[in-house]
Amino acid sequence: MASVRDIKRRIRSIKNTQQITKAMEMVAAAKLRRVQDSVGQARPYKEKIKEVLSRIVASGADLKEPLLEVRTPKKIGYVVISAERGLAGGYNANIIKKAVVSMAKHRDLEIGVIPVGKKGRDFFRRRGYPIEAEFINLQDVPTIEEANKIADFIRNSYTEGVFDEVYLVYTEFINTIQHKPVVSRILPIETPSEEETGEELDYIFEPSPELVLNKILPLYLANQVFSALTEAKASEHGARMTAMGSATDNAAEIIDQLTLSYNRARQDAITREITEIVSGANALKQ
Amino acid sequence: MSEKTLTFEVVTPVRKVLSKEITSLIVPAIEGYLGVLPNHAPLICGLEPGVVKYKEGNAYKKLAISGGFLEVSHNKATIIANAAELPEDIDVARAKAAKERAEKRLKQRTPDIDLARAEAALKRAMARLKVANDS
Repeated sequence: MASVRDIKRRIRSIKNTQQITKAMEMVAAAKLRRVQDSVGQARPYKEKIKEVLSRIVASGADLKEPLLEVRTPKKIGYVVISAERGLAGGYNANIIKKAVVSMAKHRDLEIGVIPVGKKGRDFFRRRGYPIEAEFINLQDVPTIEEANKIADFIRNSYTEGVFDEVYLVYTEFINTIQHKPVVSRILPIETPSEEETGEELDYIFEPSPELVLNKILPLYLANQVFSALTEAKASEHGARMTAMGSATDNAAEIIDQLTLSYNRARQDAITREITEIVSGANALKQ
Repeated sequence: MSEKTLTFEVVTPVRKVLSKEITSLIVPAIEGYLGVLPNHAPLICGLEPGVVKYKEGNAYKKLAISGGFLEVSHNKATIIANAAELPEDIDVARAKAAKERAEKRLKQRTPDIDLARAEAALKRAMARLKVANDS
């Protein structure tokens, strides 16, 4: 059995770890709340832009936009949104696995990876995947500027013909403990279905439906990237919170066990000493 | 008799900037300024970066937008913009710096600059300054 001093040292070290995981859990919880706030703030914009887009589609405008045009894919772009840091349970592993599985389905085509977040970048670089661009050092609460940068890049490479299809791999936020890695195609853009528009209104388009469409598509794309970023970040903070929560619980459990063996070891030592003293005294008497 | 009003909202990806009852609205549309009065026909219209003017009660008020859209339906006008700023939110020093930067870039005309982008940046900065200076 380990000595009393060793056990004591281990207890102290685990207590330190527990403090760190506890702090990380609370930080992640605070960040999660901030991201959720920003999701709420962004909702009116998101709904409105979708509504306008479907109204244009419903108006029967001439939908000949390069961003809507479906081409036979030769090269596919994958935007993979991962975390900047680890210690988030299976978050990074799950999203990377999802991306790799999806890429394997398109083995006959050329693939370009656009990692967002350091963890994914490191993985794809280590494995030698062709990286087209990378976006790292993202904020804890995504900003529209970051989303615009990513959206601009994929839009430009799409119109220039670098990619024929672009997929977005991100983690969907269901609730604090449930997250789902998903793959969705963002280019060419799939226009929202008309059924959501509700009643028919005879809109005037100024200057023309085509021009409005041309201007709204980039905004729509950027907004899709933005909501994927926010969902991913919310999931990341949620995953980290749960992972750190169970780490804190595990630490408490280990500390309990160690305290038990510490007390036992201490009592053993005392008993042994008493026995020694008694037998020593008895030996002297004789 | 009370005056007719329409609901005016400005939404950006970051937040809902404004939601008010107003009596008239003037926006910088792609092909020139466009006025909207209560009970306007349904309309969707592209906007340039510039100054939006609206009348609340008897006072004219302004805000700067960085391009976007105006949607009017059911007596409700919604501006969808990447960014929109009220006069009190504008950082004049920053806007001035951005304006100078854009002007300099346009003057130099080095081949590597993106002309359209510099022009748009200049327009945005000028709209901000206009809104900030009037208030």
